[in-house]
Amino acid sequence: MSVVLDLALILVILALALWVMLARETFVAVTSFIAYGLLLTLAWVRLGAVDVAMTEAAIGAGLTGALLIGAAARLRKSGYTLRRAQASLPRRILAMAVSVAVSAVLAACLLWLPEPPSTLVPEVAAAIPVTGVGNPITAVLLAFRAMDTLLEAIVLLFALIGVWSLAPNELWGTRPDVPHHADPQDVLAYVARVLPPIGIVVAVYILWVGADHPGGKFQAATILAAMWLLVMMAGLVKAPPIGRRALRAWLVAGPLVFVAIGVYGAVSAGAFLAYPEAWAKPLIVVIEVALLPSLAITLALLLIGAPRGASTT
Amino acid sequence: MNATLFGLCAAALVGIGLYGLIVNPQPLRKILSFNLIGNGVFLVCAVIARKGAALGMAGDPVPQALLITAIVVAFSASALAVALLLRLFEVSGTTSLDEDSPARTDRDGQPS
Amino acid sequence: MSLFLDAVTVVAVLLGMFFFLAGTVGLLRFPDSLTRLHALTKADNLGLGFVVIGLLPQTHSLLAAAKLVLIWGLVMWASAAVSQLIARSVREESEP
Repeated sequence: MSVVLDLALILVILALALWVMLARETFVAVTSFIAYGLLLTLAWVRLGAVDVAMTEAAIGAGLTGALLIGAAARLRKSGYTLRRAQASLPRRILAMAVSVAVSAVLAACLLWLPEPPSTLVPEVAAAIPVTGVGNPITAVLLAFRAMDTLLEAIVLLFALIGVWSLAPNELWGTRPDVPHHADPQDVLAYVARVLPPIGIVVAVYILWVGADHPGGKFQAATILAAMWLLVMMAGLVKAPPIGRRALRAWLVAGPLVFVAIGVYGAVSAGAFLAYPEAWAKPLIVVIEVALLPSLAITLALLLIGAPRGASTT
Repeated sequence: MNATLFGLCAAALVGIGLYGLIVNPQPLRKILSFNLIGNGVFLVCAVIARKGAALGMAGDPVPQALLITAIVVAFSASALAVALLLRLFEVSGTTSLDEDSPARTDRDGQPS
Repeated sequence: MSLFLDAVTVVAVLLGMFFFLAGTVGLLRFPDSLTRLHALTKADNLGLGFVVIGLLPQTHSLLAAAKLVLIWGLVMWASAAVSQLIARSVREESEP
């Protein structure tokens, strides 16, 4: 019975993916992409990865979809035509051959995975009680593979610097342009006044409960970023100038705390990012709370983009 | 069994994304295809995590944690790509990278 | 008792699916944006509502039940706001 459900889900996911590729209007393609992302969330749940499902719904479908819709809308507003261009026949045949070959190789590798499957569950189960958290994914992210999480936070900062560096020279340090409605009586302004308190409560709850149940700081940071974006797009708050020191301080505060805790671990427990026995849970909580605002601000600023000249509408 | 089905779906997604990446000359479509390929690869990792389920956990948590990292980094890559695309459009008035593409029009819709 | 609860779940979820189907058919077959918005609200309010009512007997704690109802309330509220925004943009586009 569950096979039928999974098969139906897979067929709809593939149909939506084909529609994303073959749609004529770019706007239709982006909307199909968002629907595809939401169905992919269900696929993660069916595969037993609930944390990943939450992250996909928040970042994969939500933020990426908003990013692409914003790009499509900005292009369309400039009067640019967004219809799909047809490629030449030899190119299409070559592309079809390459993609079929790659898919076949990937499918063959998946069908020939080793049995019994190699797994790290026994090691994780043995080491979790030391960390004090109940959610194995949080333990992996913040205790066993903490280096990956630190580097990911730094990669996000690099991406933000890359986005900002695309601003014209004379606009460096100014406010980015957020498309907004300025009417304070608007429905959007009403939503932007009522939803953020609820969003903040939900985000803090997801952060807190991520220690023992599915959740964590990435999903919470995405919700906070979405609330801030909503308030900016409703015109209630202006986007911060990217040259402001307080903004930059907030951005690097999270990774700096993380690095500091890593150095403390090197000094007191023998290796970078090692936690002393009794301090594991408090240190994990400190890292999560410190990373949350930095992540939220970085995600929101990545979505807004670089300052653009007023001459381009 | 179910995990293998999702694995085949992942292979198909990578193929579809690769086709779109090669065929479409418009960068926004290429960004969409890049995301499709990425999602296919993530699905492969999740299938491997699912096969490693044991001891009461529904899946091997190490690949799943790496998937969370991967989704966030893929978003940041898409954001950088979109910023590049918008800057290309501001500077050159077109988003197509293909020299012969019929979609190469300037702001008034006239072919350039 | 649990058989009765399961029956309630099945009936309510089936009703919810009927409204989702109706909303989707409306989305695909109605002639313009405003009528399609009207069809979609049925899916959001009644469809999701019946699905939530059907899932309530399956929850084992009051907190989980409250979370489900909160999700339904937030979805209805957000879809109402978004429908207004879409309808306004449709009207602005159609006014010459």
